[in-house]
Amino acid sequence: MENAGAVALAALAVGGIIAFVVITGFAYSTLLERKVLARMQVRVGPNRAGYIPIPRRGKDDLRLLGGVMQPLADAVKLFMKEDFTPPYVDTWVYNIAPIITVFPAVFSLAVIPWAPLPQWLADMTPHYLAPHGYLAIAPGLNVALLFILAITSIEVYGVVLAGWSSNSKYAVLGAIRSTAQMISYELSLGLTLLIPVMIAGSLNLNDIVVSQQQNGWFIMLQPIAGILFFVGALAELQRAPFDLLEAEQELSSGYNVEYAGMRFAMFMMAEYVKMIIFSAMWAVLFLGGYAGPLVSQFPMLGAVYMILKIVAGLFLMIWIRASWPRLRYDQLMDFGWKFMLPISVLNVIVTGVMIVLAEEGVFDGMLGWFGLLGG
Amino acid sequence: MLGYISELIKGMAITMRHMITPPVTIQYPEIKRPVRYRFKGRHELKRYDNGLEKCIGCALCAAACPADAIFVEASENTDDVRFSPGERYASTYEINMLRCIFCGYCEDACPTEAIVLEDKYELAFYDRASAIYTKDMLIVDVPINGQQTPQVVEPGVFTKSIPIMEDPK
Ligand code: SF4
Ligand code: SF4
Repeated sequence: MENAGAVALAALAVGGIIAFVVITGFAYSTLLERKVLARMQVRVGPNRAGYIPIPRRGKDDLRLLGGVMQPLADAVKLFMKEDFTPPYVDTWVYNIAPIITVFPAVFSLAVIPWAPLPQWLADMTPHYLAPHGYLAIAPGLNVALLFILAITSIEVYGVVLAGWSSNSKYAVLGAIRSTAQMISYELSLGLTLLIPVMIAGSLNLNDIVVSQQQNGWFIMLQPIAGILFFVGALAELQRAPFDLLEAEQELSSGYNVEYAGMRFAMFMMAEYVKMIIFSAMWAVLFLGGYAGPLVSQFPMLGAVYMILKIVAGLFLMIWIRASWPRLRYDQLMDFGWKFMLPISVLNVIVTGVMIVLAEEGVFDGMLGWFGLLGG
Repeated sequence: MLGYISELIKGMAITMRHMITPPVTIQYPEIKRPVRYRFKGRHELKRYDNGLEKCIGCALCAAACPADAIFVEASENTDDVRFSPGERYASTYEINMLRCIFCGYCEDACPTEAIVLEDKYELAFYDRASAIYTKDMLIVDVPINGQQTPQVVEPGVFTKSIPIMEDPK
């Protein structure tokens, strides 16, 4: 590769910008969560930090955009906290566990396709983005989906190590339960991910998006897979109704009890960045990715659609958290192994058979989504 | 199964409905909600219309207090230096707001209705010492037509150790 230097530089720039956007997005998704939860409980939510006072005659000032600076205030608070390491922890592992947790979450950003490549960007990066024709930090990775699955599995190590090194029985129990939950649901999640791959015939996320432009959004073709993926993602993220491991009300948050300040914030960051990643994956795999009206004329509009779809996914997660009670641990395991897994296996088999039949031309001339499957 | 799903969707519909109703939050430090009629807030030591203090330093409130929050020290009134219509007055009166449980027993015990739990509830302190409210902080202002205590009064008017409530003598 004669242009390795230029490619690396361009990748650094694109990666830096996307990571910056997503990490800002992480900060604001905490605000979104707090605001939406508050409104669903008929409260106001954080509204003190950074409001714009608009004077009104005869009344108190109208407060516009209350809470926009809340994430900043939170960050400052967390930095000012005492960096306390409990005695008897395994210091080295204790310090590295948050990093192991946060790193894969951010890392899996690399393969998310954000938009079709606009001409000016293609001109700027002739050897990096231009050959692939879409905007992602690592375009052209043909096993993107496998990459995400593999990378996000590393996070489990962070959780286990955090629990173990804390030298506290609550943290260990929390870590073991988290791990058990993540591993059980990863199975049906992985199987569900196969469905878009089977229909699109590629593991590359951009190919899956392009295939949805021809076939229609996969959530229309495969509503079951779409829902299963979302439920699996909720369990994988340990969000309500599967958040019994960090049930704030009855347990004190599980594997990260012994952490404070910035290290704790890193666990939170991993959690929220993973929420964004799974929302993005849901958008890419089932909601048509960056597709939308006018994207072919203005490619960067794709990124806007992508962000809108991600926010919609986040909103759905928060909405569910506000609405549903939490599962018991045995119910959680039952649901994962006895319900999700059989359905995903069946779904894979049926979809496979359908695709083969469609390719054989059995459904030719038939209305409905069976016909669409053939492409 | 379908039953479960319809329940789940019903739940989500309720939260969505709540999301579009206006919040019930009162923006507290700017807007204060009036307290209820029988609210038990911070104590006040009352005065008669002529400005004399109702408290006669009998320490019945301190005896009644289950939290042992009140400290009273009484001194004798004279006609030249008169604080209350009774024989004695409270020269020291302190309530430790960190001990007080706002039960209102002191109110019930007081023979002259001198101590009343009023509507002030913003009791926050930076240290324990400032949680002790002294007599100066507890006593209400002198009424418009009253005189500041200590008053100089004619001899032979205030002769009872516990004054009559309506028209103290
Ligand atoms: S309200 Fe109750 S606890 Fe408080 S000072 Fe009076 S008697 Fe004591
Ligand atoms: S407040 Fe009432 S009960 Fe307490 S010392 Fe004064 S007169 Fe006696």
